[in-house]
Amino acid sequence: MSSTLKKLVKKTSLAIGVAALATGAAVSHAADTIKVGVLHSLSGTMAISETTLKDTVLMMIEEQNKAGGVLGKKLEPVVVDPASNWPLFAEKTKQLLSKDKVSVIFGCWTSVSRKSVLPVIEELNGLLFYPVQYEGEESSKNVFYTGAAPNQQAIPAVDYLMSAEGVKRWVLEGTDYVYPRTTNKILEAYLISKGVKKEDISINYTPFGHSDWQTRVAEIKKFGSAGKKTAVVSTINGDANVPFYKELANAGISAEDIPVVAFSVGEEELSGFDTKPLVGHLAAWNYFMSAESPENDAFIEKWHKFIKDKKRPTNDPMEATYIGFKMWVKAVEKAGTTDVDAVRKAMYGITVPNLTGGIAVMNTNHHLTKPVLIGEIQENGQFEIVWQTPDGVIGDAWTDFLPESASIVADWTAPINCGNFNIKTGKCSGQNY
Amino acid sequence: MNYTIKKIVLIAIGLLLSWISVGWSADFESLTKEVAQSSYAQKNKLIDQLVALEDPRSLTVLKAMLDGKLYLQKSDQTVVIGEDHPDGVQIKNISDEQVIDVVGARSLEKVKINNSVRGKLRTVIASLQLSAKDASLRRQSARDLIKSPDAELRDIIAAAVEREESSSVKKEMELALALVDVESENADRRKQAIKVMSASYSPEALAVLERLSADKEGAADIAKLAAEGADKVRHRMGIMKFIENLFFGASLGSVLLLAAIGLAITFGVMGVINMAHGEMIMLGAYTTFAVQQIFPNWIEASIIIAIPMAFLVSGSVGVLIERTVIRHLYGRPLETLLATFGISLFLQQLVRTYNSNNVPVVTPDWMSGFYQVNGALSLTYNRLYIIVFSLLVLGLLALLLRKTLLGLQMRAVTQNRAMANSMGIRSSWVDALTFGLGSGIAGIAGVALSQITNVGPNMGQGFIIDSFMVVVFGGVGNLLGTFFAAMGLGVVNKFLEPYAGAVLGKIFVLVFIILFIQWRPRGLFALKGRFVED
Repeated sequence: MSSTLKKLVKKTSLAIGVAALATGAAVSHAADTIKVGVLHSLSGTMAISETTLKDTVLMMIEEQNKAGGVLGKKLEPVVVDPASNWPLFAEKTKQLLSKDKVSVIFGCWTSVSRKSVLPVIEELNGLLFYPVQYEGEESSKNVFYTGAAPNQQAIPAVDYLMSAEGVKRWVLEGTDYVYPRTTNKILEAYLISKGVKKEDISINYTPFGHSDWQTRVAEIKKFGSAGKKTAVVSTINGDANVPFYKELANAGISAEDIPVVAFSVGEEELSGFDTKPLVGHLAAWNYFMSAESPENDAFIEKWHKFIKDKKRPTNDPMEATYIGFKMWVKAVEKAGTTDVDAVRKAMYGITVPNLTGGIAVMNTNHHLTKPVLIGEIQENGQFEIVWQTPDGVIGDAWTDFLPESASIVADWTAPINCGNFNIKTGKCSGQNY
Repeated sequence: MNYTIKKIVLIAIGLLLSWISVGWSADFESLTKEVAQSSYAQKNKLIDQLVALEDPRSLTVLKAMLDGKLYLQKSDQTVVIGEDHPDGVQIKNISDEQVIDVVGARSLEKVKINNSVRGKLRTVIASLQLSAKDASLRRQSARDLIKSPDAELRDIIAAAVEREESSSVKKEMELALALVDVESENADRRKQAIKVMSASYSPEALAVLERLSADKEGAADIAKLAAEGADKVRHRMGIMKFIENLFFGASLGSVLLLAAIGLAITFGVMGVINMAHGEMIMLGAYTTFAVQQIFPNWIEASIIIAIPMAFLVSGSVGVLIERTVIRHLYGRPLETLLATFGISLFLQQLVRTYNSNNVPVVTPDWMSGFYQVNGALSLTYNRLYIIVFSLLVLGLLALLLRKTLLGLQMRAVTQNRAMANSMGIRSSWVDALTFGLGSGIAGIAGVALSQITNVGPNMGQGFIIDSFMVVVFGGVGNLLGTFFAAMGLGVVNKFLEPYAGAVLGKIFVLVFIILFIQWRPRGLFALKGRFVED
């Protein structure tokens, strides 16, 4: 037994050695290409969501190469697997920047992985495109945020519920980690500024993967029976969603009684749900697969062809990746080089058509201007768009609804040139991002 | 001259009126069409006009609209009701409900509704159904009206209360009426309404009573009456809350029991630290999904079919694991732990390569919904069934262990292997079957758990810690201990959660178990006797 094991170990290490040599050889040959780093988890808990984004980047690279590449050079993807392990994100970033010498990185999903990458990417002056909606309160010189800031998702969603459904009472239900906590803090301040009373807001957190929702759902039901229209704003993460919605449905709470608007449930997540009892519950994103535009139709067709599966949905972070990639290509062509500082300066004001219609613009605070859409879940696992902002919304890095960040702005062009400028004191905080 | 002017004015007014009234003077068909084509905001108004026609057919149309079965034909914009059909959609005429044709889904455009239209439809349908023949429909309408009292419907509800024969439905209708009357100008009516509300279990009534009792500007006697009523309702609801917590606790307990019961065999009886136990649950849940995919028309029976299937699938995987890996590792707990942990990762990745996402398992109709005991207490069917099911599984397993030959042999082998061997029992064969049984039961648990939680590659991970906790707490090797541990932990957890929150509640329970194990290392029900090893 143990001797066979030893043999196996020997064989494996040999194989790894050969593979490493092969990669080394490939690297030394490919000097006339532009390297693009892909930093998404391909194993572990986040693999479910992030693998799709890796495929999206690969698809975009393939398409760009067919069109002749960038600056006359082909793009060459360098895919690494940080394995849902936050410190490993930093290590892999270091490897991509100092060893593989990539010109740009597309990657990260969770906020904690991005925070882990930040010090490395700033020290080595790399360039990261971050494609997921997040809690804001950040603007790094070396990161472009193509997902939604809170004012591009949470706040419009609440506005919609207030105006269209007349909601007066709010349950802010979230998983216990940084994104829900920050978002709920912002939402609470916003609701109070809109005249909602403190006793009409209930905030609650549950652990990751919470599966027994009986008590919470009973409490939401009770909270919602006070004679005022009630809604749930859900920042519940991933796997806890299915049992939550199941319990809601079984307790007879339908979308017209107490609507739930979710910020982490998209088409990809819905494909794992029994959607029949969920019809009418809402989600707020900058993109829905059901959006009708020629760009979107083309994108979906391309995606299905690339992934060879006609049933695979597209989702919001994919659009954010698409916009980020297109913008980077445009900026490189404008700058005439892949040098990070030149590309960064060329990025400001770059425009790319959204997949939902309209134009996305990159602002000097490294966030996008793009429209916000509200969709209701349909039985077929798609969202029906029931409302959308007439124009693009400018992503706000520092929210106006928290006293500590209301006076802070981010602007990476002269004369401010910093990610956290305090307009009251006229100074940057000194923090790097 | 004067006459002509009059005439012209009259004609003008007439024209104006007909122009304004195109909406409501129109007949049923064209109004329905207008509803179908209008925007969300207009739909609400047009639905009222449709109801005002008092056409019996409007109920069918409104219901179809609520269920998303109302369509516009793209070709000529006629409104039809569609039903799913193997070849597309079977469409019916709205005026006489005759089947017209079966058409492809692409030629139809669904009449879109949003939440506010959906809410409007529900209230309107409720008022129309107050006179339905079926008592359960009337009860449903009364409940919908309790949720959204509408002063305009007062006379309709009052008439329905008069007519009502079933006393239980009548009670709910009276409450719906009281919730409207309590806002009226008439003091006697208000007092009567408060009386009805004080006798109820309804949280909606409580909210109104609390508001009235705090109202300083209104009549003092009303406020006093409301305050007394609120106290009564609150007291009654407190009792219900207690019962509800007990039910929640039993339900969480039954989930823990189901997850742990298989482990009580593999770990409890055989002493194998089986880290792949969670994956056996996962395989059972995936079997349910597979059954639903293979027999899409038998969703209602799918759970029943899945139970034996899951037992076979997980059980045979269990036997395979025992024969290939575990049997070489008996008596070496550390190696077993690592090997089974490896198997667990292997099985997860295997499922992930098939489909890395969660898969949707449909809940059959008979398992969805709830039984409403009263306004403050309702028990969800899926939880009820799972409680019963877990007890059934436990009972059958206990019978198997005590009353059958296989059970006897299992106990003999685990208590004294050498002696059992010399009595002619093939102990290796019994080992394989025991492990298979434990795994098979985990598979059955997976079928039940697929109804309340998500089914995906990581599913088993969520249960493995809880399962070990229950088995260790209850006393290794003791089924009764597993039962009491699961139920005890469930109930304690659910009584803690409203006060401490889910995160803290879980921490308290874990700390409690750690302390308890310090005090009684063998758990609640320790095995006694000479075969207990030390």
